[in-house]
Amino acid sequence: MNNQYLPNTPEQRRQMLEAIGAETVEELFRYIPEKLHLNRPLNLPHPLAEASLVAHMEELAGKNNVGAVNFLGGGIYDHFSPIAIDHVLTRSEFYTAYTPYQPEVSQGTLQAIFEYQSMICQLTGADAANASLYDGATAVAEAAILAINATRNRKLLVAGSMHPWYRRVLATYMENLDVEIVEVPCVGGRLDIEAIKFLLGKDVAALMVQSPNFFGIIEDLPALGKLMAPEKGLFVVSADPISLGLLEAPAHMGADVIIGEGQGLGLSQSFGGPLLGFMGVTEKLTRKMPGRVVGQTTDTNGRRGYVLTLQTREQHIRREKATSNICSNQALCALAASVYMSLMGPEGLREVARQSLLKAAFAREQLAAIPGVGLPFAGPFFKEFVVTLPKPANVVIEAMLGKGYHAGIDLGRFFPELRDHLLVAVTEKRSKDEILGCSAALREVLAK
Amino acid sequence: MKPLVPLIFERSVPGRVGYSLPDCDVPEQDISQLLPVDQIRQTAPALPEVSEGDVIRHYLNLSLLNHSVDNGFYPLGSCTMKYNPKINENVSRLPGFARLHPLAPEKCAQGALQLVYELEQYLAEITGMDAVTLQPVAGAHGEYTGLKLIVAYHKARGDFKRKTILVPDSAHGTNPASAAMAGMNIVQVKSDAKGCVSLEDLRAKADDTVAALMLTNPNTLGLFDVNIAEIAEIVHQAGGLLYYDGANANAILGKVRPGDTGFDVVHLNLHKTFSTPHGGGGPGSGPVGVKAKLIPCLPVPRVVKKENEFSLDYDCPESIGKVHSFYGNFAVNVRAYAYIRMLGGQGLKLASEDAVLNANYLQARLKGAYHLEYDRLCMHEFVISAKHQKVKGVHTLDIAKRLLDFGVHPPTIYFPLIVDEAMMIEPTETEGKETLDYFIDAMLQIAKEAEETPEKVTNAPHTTPISRLDEVAAARNPILRWL
Repeated sequence: MNNQYLPNTPEQRRQMLEAIGAETVEELFRYIPEKLHLNRPLNLPHPLAEASLVAHMEELAGKNNVGAVNFLGGGIYDHFSPIAIDHVLTRSEFYTAYTPYQPEVSQGTLQAIFEYQSMICQLTGADAANASLYDGATAVAEAAILAINATRNRKLLVAGSMHPWYRRVLATYMENLDVEIVEVPCVGGRLDIEAIKFLLGKDVAALMVQSPNFFGIIEDLPALGKLMAPEKGLFVVSADPISLGLLEAPAHMGADVIIGEGQGLGLSQSFGGPLLGFMGVTEKLTRKMPGRVVGQTTDTNGRRGYVLTLQTREQHIRREKATSNICSNQALCALAASVYMSLMGPEGLREVARQSLLKAAFAREQLAAIPGVGLPFAGPFFKEFVVTLPKPANVVIEAMLGKGYHAGIDLGRFFPELRDHLLVAVTEKRSKDEILGCSAALREVLAK
Repeated sequence: MKPLVPLIFERSVPGRVGYSLPDCDVPEQDISQLLPVDQIRQTAPALPEVSEGDVIRHYLNLSLLNHSVDNGFYPLGSCTMKYNPKINENVSRLPGFARLHPLAPEKCAQGALQLVYELEQYLAEITGMDAVTLQPVAGAHGEYTGLKLIVAYHKARGDFKRKTILVPDSAHGTNPASAAMAGMNIVQVKSDAKGCVSLEDLRAKADDTVAALMLTNPNTLGLFDVNIAEIAEIVHQAGGLLYYDGANANAILGKVRPGDTGFDVVHLNLHKTFSTPHGGGGPGSGPVGVKAKLIPCLPVPRVVKKENEFSLDYDCPESIGKVHSFYGNFAVNVRAYAYIRMLGGQGLKLASEDAVLNANYLQARLKGAYHLEYDRLCMHEFVISAKHQKVKGVHTLDIAKRLLDFGVHPPTIYFPLIVDEAMMIEPTETEGKETLDYFIDAMLQIAKEAEETPEKVTNAPHTTPISRLDEVAAARNPILRWL
């Protein structure tokens, strides 16, 4: 009857019932109207003992093919996660703790978040960062809400080069809020700056861009920042944190809000979750930022300590007037990112970014040399790029899988007109041999 | 005074490294040939320069400053701080799950898709719903998704006047916040003298603008709303839907199903009821279940099964769209799946029975020393008040802080808002009677101290690594980062 997670014995249960003054456990449920009781067992599989469960889970995991050499990106990247990270994440004191509402017994979590916020500020150039959001997509939605509240405008200029699923999430969040979303067109996979000039006006809440964008191309952020500087609307930049090892901090190029997906900072791919949405803002937007924030203070003895602060922005105090409904966030993922950034340091992060860049450049060159493979976009890229194929991308992907390569992402999944476009991502983990092997395999596949 | 643990930045020694990377084996190039020159970083981010050993020691020392479920009792109301089975951690890290890219071809993800598909079915069975989506990643995210579904449902029927979400005054703060985010107006419904929804007030407010009533049942007082059938009837007759906030679902597994009591939409918190860890604030998972009429509105993609092949279906024209970059917090869902497979239906039911038994035992033993506003059998949690102690100048916050000296995490305090000096206590089923007795003794001792030596309570905590912190100063002059 009992299982290994339930410590009470039948005798202890009896003693407790006696103290309550009840005969049976069923009595305790007597406020549930009789006719509503579920008078049958739940129709669930028979319980498994631990050994059988392990075997079952291994079998399920084994049905996934994770053995192919990974050139997949589109928001999730196969960067190396240093071993030490998981040793920190598996400390019970971190992962079995709740939100640090009692600071006297939560200084570990609180200080770790404070350090995380500091690191995000270092990377992005922001003045303040929050303790995390769900992911890169909801970070876009939260940034839009922030911009609408800060400017009292209701028009968003959103880059057509932003991840289509981020835009899809944004559309879900903005629907019903009387907000106009205007898609900024691209030329050659990069934002059309002339079009933005035309679209800008007093009624704009934000210009929202992703750089490197969905196609891997680095947008002209300095030019965009200069365009936005005299405007009331906010300049929101979604950045790849790894790229910031080499690329200028967005805040230094005029960004008011810097957001992004932090998965590359040591998180596993895990079929797309849990992820890490990060957000940093300029000083004047600090009190409008959504999500939890940790601040430094002192205790009654003057010792330095940390607490959740600026809580009057949040749902548990402000209810419907809160800056967001977010409560649970991605705290443990933020911890992973902090450990990653601590291990890498400025030099390591730069080297990861540099190797990703050089390897992507090498891969692009190799693939482009294959007859029939084209390069549709000329803009500068970071670790991801697009090639055109003489066959539908999904057919090529299938054939490449047979040769042991996840060659890339079929852009036809997102844009029906780009069915022959392949999005290829290259991280520091890919070796020269793997890249050469992939290009040789592609050459064979296309020659058939 | 010396800090408890220096900041990792303060351990930094220029030139020290904590990583190893392979040599770059592709041809070297000058990065200025590849990157826009005006975007090349001029100043490196001031990240710490530390060794791997420094990092491990730092975080280990930080971890020692935390209270956690694995350290000790954590009776935090409405948070369900139950034991987090260790097998969950292992199986969620299996390479076949951890290394799976979300955009890998579906044939490479059959195991993951099967798990998602089956977990959706299990949760539908547990809640009495017709379909479930695992895309929302937190309770509040689930609420938001559920409300979007409700709005879409009314619109699809051509009913555009439904702009109101009814929320009881005892509701979690996320309820009104989620409703506001979904662009809805919030109208509060009063509780009656028994702590349940006031039927009179509900009738007065249930008009044809109501899109839904959001209800936590058992509510935040730990009381099962005995009028649930009438509540459902009132809301449905007004043309609204009934939303179930699953924060307190740990009380009802295998006993009663929201879908059988009139609810149309439900969210669950897998990080509460289904044993996945809270992670110091996240990541969680907030699946949403719906009745058949709302299925067309569910977020895309949907996992579908055809002849033992699983695939992702994006062709859902009435869908609300997407609420997450990919398919939700998959690795969290793996843990919940393992938990359900480990316990089965009987084990889940027993979990709820023990959770309710433990809570009633605590309530019965504490209700003399502390004021119990709603004196009846509770479900998995209950709310007591420091009303008696307040007379001596001892407040709920003081009692909470004094509990820290006993190595116990305090209950949820000052919530729900409808009880003065509230302490919301949820022991969960994974605590044994000895732990409960220890807690009872501590609470009784504190009640005694409040009478005899109140300053011992008001000056608490006495044994924590740090004493009470100045939260006012933190908010007035925010220091939110190092440097």
